[in-house]
Amino acid sequence: MEKETKNIIEMRHIVKDFNGFKANNNINLTLQKGEILALLGENGAGKSTLMRILSGLLEPTAGEIYVRGKKVDIKDPTVAKNLGIGMVHQHFMLMESFTVLENIILGHESTKGPILDLKKAAKQVSALAKRYGLTLDLNARVADITVAQQQKVEILKVLYRGADILIFDEPTAVLTPQEVTEFIKILKGLAKEGKSIILITHKLEEIKEAADRVIVIRAGKSVGTFDVAAVSDDRLAELMVGRHVNMTLTKPQVKAGKEILNVKDLHVKDNRGIMAVKGLSFAIHAGEILGLAGIDGNGQDELVEAITGLRHVTSGSVIINNKDMTNQKVRKITEAGVAHIPADRQKYGLILQFPLADNLALQTYYRPPLSKHAIINHKAIHEHAEKLIKQFDIRTTSATLLASDLSGGNQQKAIIARELDLKSDLIIAFQPTRGLDVGAIEYIHKQLLAQRSAGKAILLISYELDEIMQLSDRIVVLHDGQASGEVKPEETSNKELGLLMTGAKTEGTNHD
Amino acid sequence: MIKVSPKIKRILVPIISIIAGFLVGAIIMLIWNYNPIQAYSSMFASALGNMNGIGETIREASPLIFTAIGFAIASKAGFFNIGLPGQAQAGWLTSIWIVLAYPNMPKIILLPLAIIVGTIAGALVAGVAGYLRAQFGTNEVITTIMLNYIVLYTCQYLMQQVMSPNLRIDTDTTKNISSNGSLKINWLTNMFGGSRINAGIFLALVAIIIYWFLMKKTTMGFEIKSVGANPFASRYAGMSSKKNIILSMLLSGSFAGLGGVVQGLGTYQNYFTQTTSLDIGWDGLSVALLGGSTTIGILLAAILFSILKIGGLGMQTIAGIPYEIVSIVIAAIIFFVAISYVIGLLFKTKDKKNNYQQPQRKERGPNNGIDGSNIEVGKKGQI
Amino acid sequence: MNIVTTLALIVSSTFVYSAPLILTALGGVYSENSGIVNIGLEGIMTMGAFSSIVFNLTFASTFGKATPWIGALVGGICGLTFSLLHAVATINFHANHVISGTVLNLMAPPLGVFLIKAIYDKGQTENITQNFGYFTIPGLANIPIIGPIFFKNTSAPAWCAILISILLWWVLYKTRFGLRLRSCGENPQAADTMGIHVYAMRYAGILISGFMGGLGGAVFAEAISGNFSVSTIVGQGFMALAAVIFGKWNPLGAMWASLFFGFAQSLSIIGNQLPLISKIPSVYMQIAPYVITVVVLVLFFGKSVAPAADGVNYIKSK
Repeated sequence: MEKETKNIIEMRHIVKDFNGFKANNNINLTLQKGEILALLGENGAGKSTLMRILSGLLEPTAGEIYVRGKKVDIKDPTVAKNLGIGMVHQHFMLMESFTVLENIILGHESTKGPILDLKKAAKQVSALAKRYGLTLDLNARVADITVAQQQKVEILKVLYRGADILIFDEPTAVLTPQEVTEFIKILKGLAKEGKSIILITHKLEEIKEAADRVIVIRAGKSVGTFDVAAVSDDRLAELMVGRHVNMTLTKPQVKAGKEILNVKDLHVKDNRGIMAVKGLSFAIHAGEILGLAGIDGNGQDELVEAITGLRHVTSGSVIINNKDMTNQKVRKITEAGVAHIPADRQKYGLILQFPLADNLALQTYYRPPLSKHAIINHKAIHEHAEKLIKQFDIRTTSATLLASDLSGGNQQKAIIARELDLKSDLIIAFQPTRGLDVGAIEYIHKQLLAQRSAGKAILLISYELDEIMQLSDRIVVLHDGQASGEVKPEETSNKELGLLMTGAKTEGTNHD
Repeated sequence: MIKVSPKIKRILVPIISIIAGFLVGAIIMLIWNYNPIQAYSSMFASALGNMNGIGETIREASPLIFTAIGFAIASKAGFFNIGLPGQAQAGWLTSIWIVLAYPNMPKIILLPLAIIVGTIAGALVAGVAGYLRAQFGTNEVITTIMLNYIVLYTCQYLMQQVMSPNLRIDTDTTKNISSNGSLKINWLTNMFGGSRINAGIFLALVAIIIYWFLMKKTTMGFEIKSVGANPFASRYAGMSSKKNIILSMLLSGSFAGLGGVVQGLGTYQNYFTQTTSLDIGWDGLSVALLGGSTTIGILLAAILFSILKIGGLGMQTIAGIPYEIVSIVIAAIIFFVAISYVIGLLFKTKDKKNNYQQPQRKERGPNNGIDGSNIEVGKKGQI
Repeated sequence: MNIVTTLALIVSSTFVYSAPLILTALGGVYSENSGIVNIGLEGIMTMGAFSSIVFNLTFASTFGKATPWIGALVGGICGLTFSLLHAVATINFHANHVISGTVLNLMAPPLGVFLIKAIYDKGQTENITQNFGYFTIPGLANIPIIGPIFFKNTSAPAWCAILISILLWWVLYKTRFGLRLRSCGENPQAADTMGIHVYAMRYAGILISGFMGGLGGAVFAEAISGNFSVSTIVGQGFMALAAVIFGKWNPLGAMWASLFFGFAQSLSIIGNQLPLISKIPSVYMQIAPYVITVVVLVLFFGKSVAPAADGVNYIKSK
């Protein structure tokens, strides 16, 4: 085979400029037929932008794209589809109220005249599903199936459109270790059938396991392309971040103190009125980090909301500092000594349209010195903000800058500054490093460990197993609203955690 | 593209909307062979050219300021109170009724009593929508629209079936109120050439100051704005969304009710059966939208629309051009305000360089009504 | 009055009052399913009423009995044109749907009256000579009991509206166009990635609502009011919007809701001819559609009935 035809995709000197910010700056990429190419980079490095260009969702500012040796202009998703390019997005692009089948055929429907021919479509989709081992109930509503199944819908959607170039954007972020293994098997099967695959990820072990080659992107530029077999993890990590990173944290010895939080036989319902937390019990002591591992949607949101007073507790109790705080008002619980770093900083943590100063005052605006007799003291709010900006090194031009104008890392710093300034005994950190770059992650991990050393009790909920393993003193695994096990990080493995996350109880680790 | 500061841009956009609205009016007049220059000049001349006109213009602006504040408070809290007409109507009927029922009560008691009762009536109507929203999450756009009609027909019924015939001239009109319950001030009327100007304007100015103080200086205003900007984060920060929803709707309805009170006790001195929802409600909504819910904006927009409405009457008599052109111009102005995004594209703001490209998050509008947000990205609103 | 004539009276007046509501509500269903809130239905109906009356007055002598039907089409086209404002504002110019819809409502009555004054030099039109009147369906009218109640001296536009409801239900749920339209109301971002032209679909949704709303306004004017003035359409459009919600955004649901509202409306008008109803104050019938809509909205909250309604309301769950 000739060399030109071997490259199924060639992206040359791609530049994407967003109002002066170069998300992609002269990136070159080649994809060969039948290979799995990993696209490695930090959050915000420009991976997704590059792939959105390839799938026709964005137009490049400059650069050329060749598909099967021919220069192309991918100006919209239809062009990409016709070129056989399909993308599985990180956040699934599905119609929740439609059925699996409707989701798969949408935009590519088989019809008799204008009328939908669902029978014919079902036949075609079933055949595809069988061939690639993607079994699904085609008539189920997407809202009713699991995340792993939804991912299969996404893959089938792409295959149904006849794609032979598949792009996966952080596909394993939502999967358990076991599901990841299954997913990689599917991926390899696809490559074997002749599909060419681009895998966007920031997880090194996945690259090692699945990919043939890897291209590393940093700050919008490509740093190099390597054969996976010929490059070490450390080298990849260094290339990705741009400096040597020491991912191991030094965790000082801290003696656990008195009990700060005690959750007893907690039952909480979700928005649909279905029990989401089913009899969960655990305790956290001063100077201790309790890691809560589990797959997204196993009751984490409901648990945190129940502890912080945002959600009604059906039964059971939440005891904070020896006081029963079950079903108390949010503010009362905060005042009883709870700081909360919420999962989604832009939705729950900040008011983006407000200045940074007001955001920093969000928990304390109603009491002196920030206000008196319900009259706000704007000067005091400003001074309070200046103090926190300095103390927590929030990078901003001024306290009056809108929160939306801060970078993701600095937004998170602002929330952490506000919450830690409460000097609460209990800190709930829900996905505290989601979507941040390595520098910001390091900063936040250090802050949490410093709080631990200062004798605070910390509840850490994260979907990143590495984070849980690194920071926690104990790990409780949540499955289907219950604790499927409690382990110590030094005595467990990702594999065991993965099993617990899917509900397999291990002997002797049952937590009462 | 013209470079301006964001502050200037905030002023330019409504001004361009006003100009564009007048142009639309002019084009429509030209098509139908009316002279727009004559129309607009006679309009301004009759609204501002003599003391009576000025008095009437100020009189017209007073209720609009109230209803606009009503709309603005709700919109700061993230609600679209489209029920201003019903709330104002409730305030109007009840305040008149009180005065008619106790015509001989001393002014010092009767007038405040009537004002308070009218305010409460407006607040209650809006409060229904607020309560349903807080308790059941029912969309307030729909409930307030429906309440407009419920109030409209209920007032008709109360007027015709429940009110004592002694208080009415006929089934459609009440008697005039006694001076003990009136907002009329003789020296003011005389000063402005016998126009219907009344103490309502003073109340309106006080209302504007209260609105400014509430929003800028109090924790209550801070909470209302927070809930409006991001109800989720506000709840996480320990604010009660239920309390703020109901509170803001009660406040909103109070001001709208006051608009009706001023219209009744000030302008008309009686109540008469309404067949469509009240003008001052819709005009107040327009005023708030044009004024961007700011204090100065509301004041200026209320005066502008009053000039149009009062001047329009003169225009009709002097130039023989149908009065409706006024309402067309107002609607057109609001249309341009609604598409201010496009008008904003004409200008480039000199903003500070951000060192970081924020991911684009499609914000939901304050309320895109019954469908909810038209674009929600990803699950649970993640980006 | 015997029972059959009483029923016939109720049914026929229900039909007369329902027809405009059904047609307009169907438009609302399409707009909302494409993801655009349309509270401008009231204004669209006003334009439909205005244009059909002008057409009817001008061409009655030319087209004779066909005039109201052609007039209805003219109303539909006028409504469609008017709804373009809403489409451009919301789809291209990012306007808030509620504000843009309100503009339609603010604009239509003065525009209609202005044009009437410009054309006829007075504030309201003459009464039309060719109206829809009553219609007997041959054959079906001869069925005992059912015939006289439903098919004799009935409203032809109402039967057309019912047939159109079935057709539009079928289009929305059984055709490719319908699936794509609904996908834009459900998750436009995702629809876009699947190569569906979201803008085009949403234009289609609004323009259909413009046409149907114009049709509804025209039918109201040519069957009920008989002329055009500033108070021809007062609340009909909002009642149709209520029917959209009561009917859970489904064409057939909207049809049943409209029939029910038409029934309530007709009772408030013919009530005094009926022995039992005449004792109830008419205000209850007048406000019934609005109260019911609010009640329905309260009851159905939490069940996802609106397209992508998910997340609009934020309340503490229990």
